[in-house]
Amino acid sequence: MNYKMEINNVNLFYDKFQALKDVTIPIAEKQITAFIGPSGCGKSTLLKSLNRMNDLIEGCLIKGKMLLDGEDIYGGMNVDILRKRVGMVFQKPNPFSMSIYDNIAYGPRTHGIRSKAALDEIVEKSLKNAAIWNETKDRLKKSALGMSGGQQQRLCIARALSVSPEVILMDEPTSALDPISTGKIEELMSELKKEYTVIIVTHNMQQATRISDTTAFFLLGEMVEHNVTREIFSNPKEKRTEDYITGRFG
Amino acid sequence: MNNASNVNRGKFREAAVKVMFLAAACISIIAVALICVFIFANGLPAIKEIGLKEFLLGQKWKPNADIYGIFPMIIGSLYVTAGAIVIGVPVGILMAVFMARFCPQKLYKLLKPFVELLAGIPSVVYGFLGLQLLVPLIHGLFPEQPSGSGVLAASIMLGIMILPTIINVSESAIKAVPDNYYEGSLALGATHERSVFFAVLPAAKSGVLASVILGVGRAIGETMAVVWVAGNAPIVPDSILSSVRTLTSNVVMEMGYSTGLHREALIGTAVVLFVFILIINLSFSAIKRGGKKQ
Repeated sequence: MNYKMEINNVNLFYDKFQALKDVTIPIAEKQITAFIGPSGCGKSTLLKSLNRMNDLIEGCLIKGKMLLDGEDIYGGMNVDILRKRVGMVFQKPNPFSMSIYDNIAYGPRTHGIRSKAALDEIVEKSLKNAAIWNETKDRLKKSALGMSGGQQQRLCIARALSVSPEVILMDEPTSALDPISTGKIEELMSELKKEYTVIIVTHNMQQATRISDTTAFFLLGEMVEHNVTREIFSNPKEKRTEDYITGRFG
Repeated sequence: MNNASNVNRGKFREAAVKVMFLAAACISIIAVALICVFIFANGLPAIKEIGLKEFLLGQKWKPNADIYGIFPMIIGSLYVTAGAIVIGVPVGILMAVFMARFCPQKLYKLLKPFVELLAGIPSVVYGFLGLQLLVPLIHGLFPEQPSGSGVLAASIMLGIMILPTIINVSESAIKAVPDNYYEGSLALGATHERSVFFAVLPAAKSGVLASVILGVGRAIGETMAVVWVAGNAPIVPDSILSSVRTLTSNVVMEMGYSTGLHREALIGTAVVLFVFILIINLSFSAIKRGGKKQ
């Protein structure tokens, strides 16, 4: 199997507090990897360190290696390039305060694409890939803030796709959405994994079983178990995993 | 029984407090209403006597000959306000962006009090600075002009004076933008600079626009500093170095010795100024409403 990203013996500290303890997970290419676990277990922290959004947090210290195609992302890699290659969709939809078109064109423009024709094409393709083209094609010049929450989140996914990332990180992307919007986004994710490597943090275990290929269970900063999703949920090797998925705590 | 009387006493107290708040609110409303009544009651008859068209569009202001045209002053106010915007707005907004998103904490602690001090300096002190520093400087640059005072000097002066308004209001608008705009931009591989200017600043645009309008309000109403550096000839300025008289300076310079129709014409000038401010305030609240709707 090909590993797109590798997390090797990562320890992460917020000042003195250790948020991740010796975590090792290989991330398979063009698959969906789910991180599950109770609040405060470190799964979001780990996700955010995969495109170095944790750099924004003061006192955050990372030891160990995180590799993208074998290259250390905390080594000499340019952060902006890393984030172009490893995109992110946030928990709360965060479209920019501008038109739908400009929201999608923002990323390509950032990376130097100026030609109107090229931008038009990227906008259309990104919106189509995020399954929101039909709803937006007649209102591209309208403000993105006028859309519903579910549409906004799919727009944010389209925006993440606009810079042709290789990996997409999703931080509880449906926790602020209604069941119908959630369904649409889950459907979309299964489409996305044909082209992209997806890592998703979710509180919703049914969601993890529905969409992910492998699942990693976190508890108190430790990665307890990482396995094929079906195995984790039907036949967990660790007692702590079993307790969590059967609802005994968390 | 006892309980009932307690409840009654509580109700009474609440009613009393309500009346007190209402009275406090009324005082400010009454003040505005009185100003309106006074200024319109005294100004409108004069405007009627002079003729609205002659008053607003008349090119000549000659109180000795009973000619009262305030067109030069209207244009003068618009010119210096536009000048203040050209100078003050870019500097103010960039400064606000710097303070909100680029400034190191230590420098911020130093800068913030300075900006607040800038807002607190009495305008007559600004005028003094303008007269002593700005006017000679401009005269030095353009020695063929009779004096350094005029549109340029007044614009620079006002541009500096509106800075604290623009900086403070814009800065809080920029700081109020949720971090997720900034993070969303970073996550696309944008630099800090691009994220601030192209994702955060557009999200703050209604607040930034509001700061500009407040600044315009301050610039158009400013008097003392302008009188000292504007030259004050009641003519339509023909260049940025030309002498200029604003609506405010027209009133403040002649009110002391005016009588009769002259005095009323000055109050009429104040009516025009008042209408200007009214328009500015209305557009300010319209923008605030528009910003909330988003």
